[in-house]
Amino acid sequence: MRFTKDHEWVSLDGDVATIGITRYAAEQLGDVVFVETPEAGKAVNKGDGCAVVESVKAASDVYSPVSGEVVEGNAALGSAPETVNADPEGAGWFCKIKVANAADVDALMDRAAYDAFLATL
Amino acid sequence: MSETLKTTPLNAAHRALGARMVGFAGYDMPVQYEGVLAEHRWTREHAGLFDVSHMGQAKLRGADPFKSFEKLVPGDYQGLKPGKQRYSLLLANDGGMLDDLMAGKPDDDGLFIVVNAACKDGDFAKIAGDLAGEAQLERLDDRALMAIQGPEAADVMAAHEPKLAEMGFMDSARMTLFGEDCFVSRSGYTGEDGYEISVPASAAERIWTTILKDARVKPIGLGARDSLRLEAGLPLYGHDADATTSPVEASLTFALSKRRKEEANFPGAQRILAELAGNLKRKRVGLHVKEGAPAREGAEIADKDGNVIGRVTSGGPSPTLGHNIAMGYVPPAFAELGTDLQVLVRGKANAATVVAMPFVAQRYYRKP
Repeated sequence: MRFTKDHEWVSLDGDVATIGITRYAAEQLGDVVFVETPEAGKAVNKGDGCAVVESVKAASDVYSPVSGEVVEGNAALGSAPETVNADPEGAGWFCKIKVANAADVDALMDRAAYDAFLATL
Repeated sequence: MSETLKTTPLNAAHRALGARMVGFAGYDMPVQYEGVLAEHRWTREHAGLFDVSHMGQAKLRGADPFKSFEKLVPGDYQGLKPGKQRYSLLLANDGGMLDDLMAGKPDDDGLFIVVNAACKDGDFAKIAGDLAGEAQLERLDDRALMAIQGPEAADVMAAHEPKLAEMGFMDSARMTLFGEDCFVSRSGYTGEDGYEISVPASAAERIWTTILKDARVKPIGLGARDSLRLEAGLPLYGHDADATTSPVEASLTFALSKRRKEEANFPGAQRILAELAGNLKRKRVGLHVKEGAPAREGAEIADKDGNVIGRVTSGGPSPTLGHNIAMGYVPPAFAELGTDLQVLVRGKANAATVVAMPFVAQRYYRKP
């Protein structure tokens, strides 16, 4: 699993990246009440918003750390957005993207580097 | 954080409780303790304690401070009975709302006024300036303000002072509580029964901690305060009303007292009375958002054909109802209950219907 400074995580399986937000991000957001995930087939550029996560107070964009094509959005979050709080780095994933360039993922922080980054916040 | 935030006398208490703090109206305030949803529900089912010390408190005194105050607001303060308070609106000369406020007679020493935090410096400067020579405003910056709200609030407070149980909604009293000189009103901004209690700043933390010892009471942050007042259909000044908004547009006509309308002598009376007679461009309505994402402040409101007719001023999920709600402004032709509209969020048009406010029934305690 790799991490961004915007608190997204990416897990690469072959050329498909699963993307979500970290436990830290989920705790900062508080109760998640709505999630909008992308539809299969959508082209995404690195840095684009690929999903929206909403707490009681506010809506936040989730930025794709990779470029590629969406193969699946996590439809289960539509009726159970609280999964993002319960299991942010597992069942609370947002979307799967077929990556154009796997090096996008390698360039991200590993767990130790992300933990060190969190310690600076 | 670039700006220096002010603190309330309860700042250390919030931090000790593990609150997440945010800047609000220039103050470092608790947005949540255990979580907005849990705090929202706790207040609806038990009792929530809120620090609202950032709000402005003042006393207006003079030869006839009630008559003087009427120059600035559309409420009947000359007719206000001792021991009562009234909700009113500070109006500009064009009838626009400069703030909403509570003002009451807790004692026989003038008028006790509570205004919104973000507006207080401007409000108090205007009141003091406009009434110079006839009334004197004293800011009570050495006092804290807390609210206890919820169906168990009355029982919790009666255990501290039985006399509090005898107060009805919008009663206002000065009394000794916790050994301190306090102003108490049976009111709040959540739609629930409860009290707002003004206490000396020096005693605030002791009183806050004492009230929290009751297992029925939990501290509640600004996040839940906002979702609670939204469900109660209560406007948040600066969002659901501003200086361009008249009381009629804001659906606050109940704040226009009968005698004052007859006398037509409050700021903006000409515009406001014309709007009451039917010359109205827009009106604040409640919306049940029936699908999709929450419609928040700034979201466009469209008619069934997609023509943009207005804008959401606040909105979000209703934890009590389990669906999204919003309030916003539309032309009167679209303000009738049951009108089908749409709200536009991130390019999607989601169905919404005009519904009555409050969204969740208010449970104020009215004496039999």
